[in-house]
Amino acid sequence: MSALISNVAEALASGAARIVDLTHTLDPDFPVIILPPEFGQCARFRMEEVSAYDHRGPAWKWHNLTLNEHTGTHFDAPSHWVSGKDVPNGDVDEIDPSVFVGPVVVIDCSAGAAKDDDFELTPAVIEAWEVEHGTISADAWVLMRTDWSKRRGAEYLNMAEDGPHSPGPTPAAIELLLKRDIRGFGTETVGTDAGQGSHYVPPYPAHYLLHGAGKFGLQCLCNLDLLPATGALLIAPPLKIKGGTGSPLRVLAMVMS
Amino acid sequence: MTTPLTRPSKKDPQKRTLVPVLPPVARSRAALGLGVMAAQGRFGLQVCKDCQAIQYPPRDACLKCLSADLVWQDVASEGTIMAETTIRVSPEPYFRERMPWRMGAVQLAAGPTVNCHLHGEVGRGDTVRMALKLDKAGQGVLIALPLKGSDLMQDDLVLRAMSSDPKHRRVLISDARSPVALALTQALLKAGAAHVFLGEPEAWLAWPERAAFEGLVNVSILPLDVTDASSVTKLAAEIGGKVDILINTASYVRPGGIMGNDTNFATKSFEVNTIGLMRLAQGFAPGMTGRAQDDTNSAVAFVNILSVRALSPDANYGAFGASQAAAHSISQSLRAEFRTSGLRMMNVYIGPIEGDAWFQPLPPPKVTPNAIARTLVSALVDGLEEATCGDIARDVYARWRADALLLEREMTGGGS
Repeated sequence: MSALISNVAEALASGAARIVDLTHTLDPDFPVIILPPEFGQCARFRMEEVSAYDHRGPAWKWHNLTLNEHTGTHFDAPSHWVSGKDVPNGDVDEIDPSVFVGPVVVIDCSAGAAKDDDFELTPAVIEAWEVEHGTISADAWVLMRTDWSKRRGAEYLNMAEDGPHSPGPTPAAIELLLKRDIRGFGTETVGTDAGQGSHYVPPYPAHYLLHGAGKFGLQCLCNLDLLPATGALLIAPPLKIKGGTGSPLRVLAMVMS
Repeated sequence: MTTPLTRPSKKDPQKRTLVPVLPPVARSRAALGLGVMAAQGRFGLQVCKDCQAIQYPPRDACLKCLSADLVWQDVASEGTIMAETTIRVSPEPYFRERMPWRMGAVQLAAGPTVNCHLHGEVGRGDTVRMALKLDKAGQGVLIALPLKGSDLMQDDLVLRAMSSDPKHRRVLISDARSPVALALTQALLKAGAAHVFLGEPEAWLAWPERAAFEGLVNVSILPLDVTDASSVTKLAAEIGGKVDILINTASYVRPGGIMGNDTNFATKSFEVNTIGLMRLAQGFAPGMTGRAQDDTNSAVAFVNILSVRALSPDANYGAFGASQAAAHSISQSLRAEFRTSGLRMMNVYIGPIEGDAWFQPLPPPKVTPNAIARTLVSALVDGLEEATCGDIARDVYARWRADALLLEREMTGGGS
């Protein structure tokens, strides 16, 4: 077995395998999810200098950060949603770390999302993908590629008077993924649900159904266009926050060059 | 007649910017009362409560009956110039740079005879309107103004140094999304502002009101978020040397008292209303204080729009009121820090804004964005430090000034 791990290390060293960064930079101008204003809001990422090689600390520079568990590229734990509040080990600090590294499949919805801001990931899309790439294996991460991460500024949330418009899964699609017993579901958009996801039954099906079933979420991912449909390894360990419902994190994928 | 101010040309980069010098600062405690009046745009003098004598200059006892019971009271501002003189030599650096300087003796209708500065449009024998103005040292001084001046009377250099007139000046409005930003922009341009910069927080979040600013001449929208230190630093680095007037419109309001309120909302209130003000001051005020004597478009005022609840809270907006009170305190500290430069710190106190969703259930009277813009611009022209807009703000401010503890009882103790 140790040979297996050293083979992986050698593959990375030799360039046979490489690491793809699926993480957006934590930046004060990166959008966060916007809820009706009377609700509590997700804190934006903020950085205040503690010292910068100056009178506040002559030889060192460091910052205090302010952010939400769900700011930037982040991980959703089951306890994030009301449906998952009683899931055992549902907080980020309780999750078995072995699930932070695992297989990942990518369903390419970029063509559809380019044409339709409200593009839906449906069971038909998943089944068509499976015809080509095989049935999604149990315990795999499933990422929905939309190329949405290439959008900038107001185009990203794509907010209109009737709320945001961005692609996402239908309730039936999530039910199908749960039937496959996936590990978690990830997107390039600000949440795992569609911009108009509050109008499904149940509302926010990805959050509601996935977390209710003890599955995880990843959102605000990027570079999914650099991943193969199957065969990559996802590395997504959230910070170990006591009682945390999620965490900003660095999401990496290992792929064959 | 007043010579019109010409629009300043671009700076000669080889010339050192003039360092601010101030007129004499020292005053007796009694004479500070002139500044209190001037800061509010009032013309008032010491009046003896025992014998009703009106006196000038201010003292600790009545010149007629020696009573120490003297109160500051608004008095008639008319007067007649009895004599005038032109000073051509002075040991004071401030006046040396501005010679010749006209002074006059005015017989006030209210009684006293005063020595005062003269506006260029008045001279010996004229009936004048006397005003108390803050000079560059922040002290209340007397100036004789024409009863009905020309359209250019604000261009008079003596008066302009006592004003924060936006004419030919460049203004930064910190938050373009504020309900008052558009009205303010229009009012400033109408008052002759050379350029209005507006800060736009969170450009990633679309706001339909933005369209109203697009296409406006001499208006620029630039990224600025007072909750983000890096954004303040960046904009200050870009335009900090061109901001002559800064108007802080950034405000965050959520209803709710103290016991049951969300501390996240409270935190955000302080981040925007209090620490945001501090960040703006740290980013822009050093440059502004350094440019307080930079010719026609010198930096002249830092303006904070405050809820009048900064002075005495409405318990239904407890956390908001706390952040406003803290912002008021920051304003006062900044005022002290600006003193040595002549940069003015102006507070504009307002009541609930008409159309602001967070004040929606409150009954009238409310204050409209246009009224705030009008008050703010005229307070700049008048060179005030303290201005109120709307019935609520005016009333609360007056009661606070008269008796802050009674006001608290009125607000929260069953007053009706």
